[in-house]
Amino acid sequence: MTRIEEFVKEQAEKHGRDRNSLMPILQAVVQSERFLSEEAMVAVATELDLSTADVFGTATFYTFMDTFPRGKNIIRICKTITCHMKGKDAIVDTLEDMLKIKLGQTTTDGKFSLLQANCLGWCHKGPVMLINDEVYPEITPEKAVEVVSKYLKKG
Amino acid sequence: MSKYKVNLKINNIPVSVDEGTSILEAARTLNFTIPTLCHHDDLCVAGNCRVCVVEQKGNRVLPAACATPVSEGMEIMTNSLKVRQARKHVVELLLSEHNADCTKCFKNGSCELQDMSNDYRIGDHVFLDLVKDRERVKDISSPSIEKDDSKCIRCQRCVRTCADLQAVSALAVTHKGNEMKISTFLDKPMNDVVCTNCGQCINRCPTAALTERNYIDEVFDAIYDPKKFVVVQTAPATRVAIGEEFGMKPGTRVTGKMVTALRRLGFDKVLDTDFTADLTIMEEGTELLTRLKEALVEGKEVALPMLTSCSPGWIKFQEHLYPEFLDNLSTCKSPQQMFGPLAKTYYAEKVNKNPADMVVVSIMPCTAKKFEAERPEMRGSGYKDVDYVLTTRELGMMIHQAGIDFQKLEDERYDNILGESTGAAVIFGTTGGVMEAALRTAYEIVTGKEVPFTNLNIKPVRGMEGIKEASVKIKDVKPEWSFLEGVELNVAIAHGLANAKVVMDKIKDGSANYHFVEVMGCPSGCIGGGGQPMPTNMEIRKQRAAGIYEEDEGLTIRKSHENPEVQEIYQSFLHEPLGHRSHDLLHTHYVPRKRH
Repeated sequence: MTRIEEFVKEQAEKHGRDRNSLMPILQAVVQSERFLSEEAMVAVATELDLSTADVFGTATFYTFMDTFPRGKNIIRICKTITCHMKGKDAIVDTLEDMLKIKLGQTTTDGKFSLLQANCLGWCHKGPVMLINDEVYPEITPEKAVEVVSKYLKKG
Repeated sequence: MSKYKVNLKINNIPVSVDEGTSILEAARTLNFTIPTLCHHDDLCVAGNCRVCVVEQKGNRVLPAACATPVSEGMEIMTNSLKVRQARKHVVELLLSEHNADCTKCFKNGSCELQDMSNDYRIGDHVFLDLVKDRERVKDISSPSIEKDDSKCIRCQRCVRTCADLQAVSALAVTHKGNEMKISTFLDKPMNDVVCTNCGQCINRCPTAALTERNYIDEVFDAIYDPKKFVVVQTAPATRVAIGEEFGMKPGTRVTGKMVTALRRLGFDKVLDTDFTADLTIMEEGTELLTRLKEALVEGKEVALPMLTSCSPGWIKFQEHLYPEFLDNLSTCKSPQQMFGPLAKTYYAEKVNKNPADMVVVSIMPCTAKKFEAERPEMRGSGYKDVDYVLTTRELGMMIHQAGIDFQKLEDERYDNILGESTGAAVIFGTTGGVMEAALRTAYEIVTGKEVPFTNLNIKPVRGMEGIKEASVKIKDVKPEWSFLEGVELNVAIAHGLANAKVVMDKIKDGSANYHFVEVMGCPSGCIGGGGQPMPTNMEIRKQRAAGIYEEDEGLTIRKSHENPEVQEIYQSFLHEPLGHRSHDLLHTHYVPRKRH
């Protein structure tokens, strides 16, 4: 048994093996591994006796469940209408410029991925940026550069 | 269904239907057809395509007729102005995401979306063209099934088919919003995933997103090649279904017309898979008796129950999902794959042809047979045993192309040899048929008497129930079979892989005590196969099954071991069932495959 298989088995013991347990198990894997590898999805499907296509389908429905590796820090800019009207495009342009990547890409050093997100529930304080689990409301291009620079220094 | 009646009006006509009936079904009772795309009689309700919207008095929104149950006093309009406009818009929206290259499309003329667009005279595109995957190369990795996402309207019939009818779920809904698509695990090629090639998704796809790989041109090329000697074999289930391609009623028996049509298409010899179905019974029946003898007399560890092996979708299902039970599968090749090597050895010799110049074509109700013919094990003759496999639908297309007026054809008979068959072989085409044919022969081998059922009709193994179980008490056996005296032979029959999974799980956990299990991968067996004419539903399949049983009753010889050609081939070529030659040509082995 590989490390991931063991991890998934532990999670299945903890959450149960019915279909309802699929989400908490996938979340646990993402928490621990940062993304769902092919191996992890096969392990989950095997434990829960589901088809891998089913597991893949569930995982790809959720923005926060990646099925391939991302950068160490994941920057998400809210793309929905309020943040859009409050100028999220300028934030995206600035960060694309700063990190030399396009939306959806990861820097070559693997430190940052730049993504869009659906509504993050901060419409009253848009535009909003999320880095990993940290929320940065009312962001401006300048503040965005400042915040990302801090993560850059942290490595 | 509950006995409570609900009264409503549809297009101002009062109607009373059972509680729980959908508006769609209620309208059908009044002969109003509400158009549908995601709805399918064999599948659970999805309600996602919205073409079946109707107007309900007092309701601001238009409910989907397929997904809305009737209620007391409801007043429904199925063709109001509002409905017409909405429905037209829905079709236009579907088309805006559909690669409508209809004239180049394999489903041109048999596409439900095209029909609907035609019915509503959709002309110019009202909405922006949003086809994303037009440039994407079609997935043609599988020898059986082609998948073209640019044609997909995301109705999810295929997903429900694969999950609910087949318990495979090779296809699933993935991603979301405008990125949503129907995909395999990690979007891998169809040939690399658990797909069994059963083709049930093709039968239910309203567009050309899922189609069979067609080999029509290859077959015509072979026919027109003067150096090639092209023989064709036809599976049992094709003869009660091909008529549907020419507007005939499902279940119409057109065996003779089909033979004539094949001859007019230019096949050098028209032969019958039914012959090798009879041979399968000889081999498989003997194999079952041998296994029972080894278990009961010699006390050997024998894999029981024995599972039938005629259905290549079922075989691949076992290889993926129950690899620990591969020894339980009969080692007999399917009738198609028994025919191939015999055609290129025994038959080639009889007609004095070089097998290298022979082309064996099969007409099958099945898409998995295309995969089966490609399996590396299927070269018992030293050549590729079966060169091309065509579905019943492809044969229909060939006959159309050749300008043959099928309905008016005279009946002709199969060529011989390899053309003679029995009623037992014909019933291979429907669920329970292999079991019935095997019992007719095995019982007689053991007791010397006919099976104790009126007119040889073993009714308990017939019918459309998902899983059938039966016991046959074996009495007054011949001396050499004395160990079977008084034995209750327990058999089970499953059709559709979801039912097969239930049976396998019972076998696995030890709660079932079967000796012999028949599985056909498709709902209702081969008559409901993935290569059969469309549409399909239970009513159509019942009519085809009735056609099969009529054909059986109409034949003079109805037991495989009484087929004179079968007797002849054992005398002059194979010598005995499970003999050396049989082993080389008629038996195979299976390979475990990845579960995921």
